[in-house]
Amino acid sequence: MKGSDVTVSGISKSFGAFKALKGVSLEIKKGEFFSLLGPSGCGKTTLLRVIAGFEDPDSGLVGIDGRDVSGLPPDKRRCNTVFQSYALFPHLTVFENVAFPLHIRRVPNRLLRELVMKHLSLVQLEAHADKKPSMLSGGQKQRVAIARALINEPSVLLLDEPLSALDAKLRQRMLVELDAIHDKVGITFIYVTHDQQEALSVSDRIAVMDQGNVLQIGSPQQIYENPASDFVARFIGETNLFIGVVKSRAGGFATVDAEGLGEILVEANGEAPVGARLSVAVRPEKIRIGIDAPGPHEELNVLKGVVEEPIYSGFQTKYIIHLAGGGAVTVFRQHANWSEGVPDIRWKDEVYLSWSARDSVVVESDASIRGAAANGSPTPSAK
Amino acid sequence: MKRNYGSIYSAPQALWVTVFFAAPLAIIVAYSFMKRDLYGGVLPSASLDAYKALANPTLLTVAWRTLWVSVLATVFTIMIALPCGYSIARSGNQAMRLFLVIVPFWTNFIIRVYAWIAILGNEGFINDILRAFGLTTDSVQFLYNQGAVILVLVYMYLPYAILPLFSTIDKFDFTLLEAARDLGASRMQALRKILLPNIRGGLVTAVLFTFIPMFGAYAVPLLVGGKDSYMLGNVIADQVTKTRNWPLASAISMGVTVLTGIAAIVFAFVSRRSSHPVIEESGIGPVSATAGIPSGGQA
Repeated sequence: MKGSDVTVSGISKSFGAFKALKGVSLEIKKGEFFSLLGPSGCGKTTLLRVIAGFEDPDSGLVGIDGRDVSGLPPDKRRCNTVFQSYALFPHLTVFENVAFPLHIRRVPNRLLRELVMKHLSLVQLEAHADKKPSMLSGGQKQRVAIARALINEPSVLLLDEPLSALDAKLRQRMLVELDAIHDKVGITFIYVTHDQQEALSVSDRIAVMDQGNVLQIGSPQQIYENPASDFVARFIGETNLFIGVVKSRAGGFATVDAEGLGEILVEANGEAPVGARLSVAVRPEKIRIGIDAPGPHEELNVLKGVVEEPIYSGFQTKYIIHLAGGGAVTVFRQHANWSEGVPDIRWKDEVYLSWSARDSVVVESDASIRGAAANGSPTPSAK
Repeated sequence: MKRNYGSIYSAPQALWVTVFFAAPLAIIVAYSFMKRDLYGGVLPSASLDAYKALANPTLLTVAWRTLWVSVLATVFTIMIALPCGYSIARSGNQAMRLFLVIVPFWTNFIIRVYAWIAILGNEGFINDILRAFGLTTDSVQFLYNQGAVILVLVYMYLPYAILPLFSTIDKFDFTLLEAARDLGASRMQALRKILLPNIRGGLVTAVLFTFIPMFGAYAVPLLVGGKDSYMLGNVIADQVTKTRNWPLASAISMGVTVLTGIAAIVFAFVSRRSSHPVIEESGIGPVSATAGIPSGGQA
């Protein structure tokens, strides 16, 4: 691996009274595609700027390959940044923009030209070398910024919401390209984003951040399937959060009396003693919906409700089901077998919901989120 | 049919420029080609006498002095205005600082020059302090020399340089400086290679706004300059009011106008060329040369 490992330990940073980072620690491995994911204002960009050297942390250390770089200015660190606004130099052409770092290092002309054209071809922009940035499309500007950031052969590439200014289609394509570039250059990527889809689809690991803290670090699967807290569960994808009290335990399962739902069976490993109050997350796509009652099955939760809101979106329909107990559940139903005569489910239909107890995840209930989730209704997350 | 009212709307402007700019200029041009009348005014007969008189060595000395004094004063002004404009653009309370830059305009120009005399004079503020500390028993001669003229010129025209520089720096995207630092440039390299080329417009405006009035300076060298700091503006005034050679005064005026015009054009041209530091310094050459490299260039 050509990349470096990056160690962030105990970084705190305040801007006036605002605490942007509250003692953040991370270990990023060599060559990893690591994402910092969180809502705006969570501190992810500040953390990136601390790693890049644009901000001095109030306390804590940044290490690259085991070497403390905390005091070094940005030009002395072996990491380069792709800025959210691209930050292309408007008075220089594409070629000159990419050549800028080499020009600063006084690389001889022949080598300079060779390196620049090599990196322009990496991002498929050879044909646009003579253009000024103002003549490029958003995606092209983005690629120039990437080529320019890579030409110094950094061991870490920092990407600050690089795709946020692009439209949805182009974002998907650039994401695939970024992944390909990462595979090709093999260095460490640290990717800041507020878009959980982006983070899930390209990252080796993700750190979910909120209010200056890291809430969970893990692979996309771990983060999605086993969120460590209410916040993570709601921020990553859509989820149903049920608040309830543990009534009894048997084997690896707990029976929880959930507000608005009644008793549900939940997989629980030790962390849920009888009488404990906790929140349970169930992903909407894990819940099956049907007009007929499902056959008897162990460890299956079955609820009955009325379709209040079917939201059709082509590849799937999202249903919000109101239960007799007052709760509401969000369900996704894929249209994989639409043509096979599966009965359509319409507004005000009575339906059965069912999901395996193994798909109910106990997430720790933290106080700030309890208020929002306490009404027992599903909490549709952002997007 | 839509009528184009543009010419009607711009009529007041056209009238104003004609009456107060074009006509006086035409009169000066006309006078410069006429014979002098004995007590001022001109005789209505064509003559090149005034232009022949321009070759006078004294006049050329003054012209040369005027040029270097205004160039030097312009350089100092820009050197002060650049960091000023930068710090105002980056500060939190821009309005307050801009206000402080403009405040001197509330005082009359001549009074501000006299204020400098009060500061620099033999019985002035600075000499009082020097004497109080026993650093000198006599007084130090600050006034009535080239240095005093340059100092006061810089002071007078500083706001004209700060304001355009501030407004372009304020629009500058400072992320570009971070990007330059990130890509390996030192603080100075980032400012020189990224900030300067991108605020060229403001720089050109600032230079022209200071150089042109300085080149025609009259009151400042008259009040704080000595015999050896006479500038073209003073010579013109003398020709009009004392020597009463109006055609010569007109011819010198034409000279000043033409020289400033040339200087402005040359400067604008030079600054445009040097706005591509990367090309020039590394000799990458016109980049079209690189476009000729097929993708095989990466091999």
